[in-house]
Amino acid sequence: MNVSVPFTKEQAQRLKAGDVVTISGVIYTARDAAHKRMLEDYEKTGKFPFDVENQIVYYAGPAPAKPNRPIGSVGPTTSYRMDAYSPMLLKCGLRGMIGKGERNQEVIEAMKENTGVYFGATGGAGALLANHVVSAQVIAYEDLGAEAIRELVVKDFPAIVIIDSKGNNLYQTEPLKYKID
Amino acid sequence: MREISVKMITQAIAQMCITANCCLNDDVYNALEEAKKTEHSPVGKEILSQLTKNADIALQNQMPICQDTGMAIIFLEIGQEVHFVGGVLEDAVNEGVREGYEKGYLRKSVVSDPFLRVNTKDNTPAIIHTKIVAGDKVSITVAPKGFGSENMSRIYMMKPSDGMEGAKRVILETVKQAGPNPCPPMVVGVGCGGSFEMSAYLAKKALLRPIGSHSEKEHIRKMEEELLWKMNHTGIGPQGLGGRTTVLGVNIETYPTHIAGMPIAINISCHVTRHCHKVI
Repeated sequence: MNVSVPFTKEQAQRLKAGDVVTISGVIYTARDAAHKRMLEDYEKTGKFPFDVENQIVYYAGPAPAKPNRPIGSVGPTTSYRMDAYSPMLLKCGLRGMIGKGERNQEVIEAMKENTGVYFGATGGAGALLANHVVSAQVIAYEDLGAEAIRELVVKDFPAIVIIDSKGNNLYQTEPLKYKID
Repeated sequence: MREISVKMITQAIAQMCITANCCLNDDVYNALEEAKKTEHSPVGKEILSQLTKNADIALQNQMPICQDTGMAIIFLEIGQEVHFVGGVLEDAVNEGVREGYEKGYLRKSVVSDPFLRVNTKDNTPAIIHTKIVAGDKVSITVAPKGFGSENMSRIYMMKPSDGMEGAKRVILETVKQAGPNPCPPMVVGVGCGGSFEMSAYLAKKALLRPIGSHSEKEHIRKMEEELLWKMNHTGIGPQGLGGRTTVLGVNIETYPTHIAGMPIAINISCHVTRHCHKVI
């Protein structure tokens, strides 16, 4: 299943937990420090460094690019550290988040209210995922180095819907199938 | 006395930072290959395939296996017959980290203060553990540690009456709580005994042991085997998406401790579990 950007409400509603997708188009990297600053900027100016509406944020801080390559290894970072900031972004129209690991109930509620989707990319597969990045450009907070906000153009970026806009959560349902006490 | 120029230490560490980050160790690679055959979950199998493919791409392109190229943890075992010349050892180690992370296009992930959080831009300082041993050699281990998994680690100051059952309970609980966050399949390093800081040090050292190795102590070997089985039946699976490959190895190290205490430290590591060893 293909996901394209802008990632509309209608596209988001169709996706179900467990759907294996490929994402193509523009996505934005932002992790701990960038989230903190984005929300501070929003408080001061009422604006984010990019229009978040119908966009997808990728929780990632890439390794430096080697010569003639758009980017270094770029896998997902653990998402729960962004939980404090995500509900506000979702309220402002952010549609998708790519990361790995659990989200708290507050984020899941905000996803349900605002039709957001949480995608998982394979953590620890940064070299493989870099092959799906066509170009990368720092668009804000350059001083943060790896944590700067980058606009990535991705092609067929592999991901899986972990939590859908109804709140169905693979981390809750799947392990039970393989659990033995 | 054998004189060793600290420049040799710098050069070795620079190269080892790159190797540790770009080349997945054989023991882990083979464990992933084995797990592909035994994993029950189709999604889990696919993820394990992605991880070996990722390791192949990283090796071929000499790029890091994971973008989190870690904080450089360095163990130095220094023979007491060694005399370092040409500079200060600690500076030489940090220079090696600086050079390695720059030349290897590795991510700089260190901030100068836990609260002010300004990136040092060269991944220094390293965390350096030194031990003086017999002989005239220097044994260097570079073990860059990513923090997705480091954050899932725990220390428990348990009571002697909690015994081995209590220890097993908290070790298993730590893995269950970590769930999908540390990029399973994980490697679990455990330090039992010593003092507060010694248990943590042992847990970190335990991660250096190859996958499939066992403690030489019978009761500890049994504990490792039992925990490995239980962890792989929690259902967590690769990336926490369900399956039987949650943990590739459980390595437990022990040390004598105080009559009143039983410290248990659990250091969680992701599948990469980088480490590189060299003797000078």
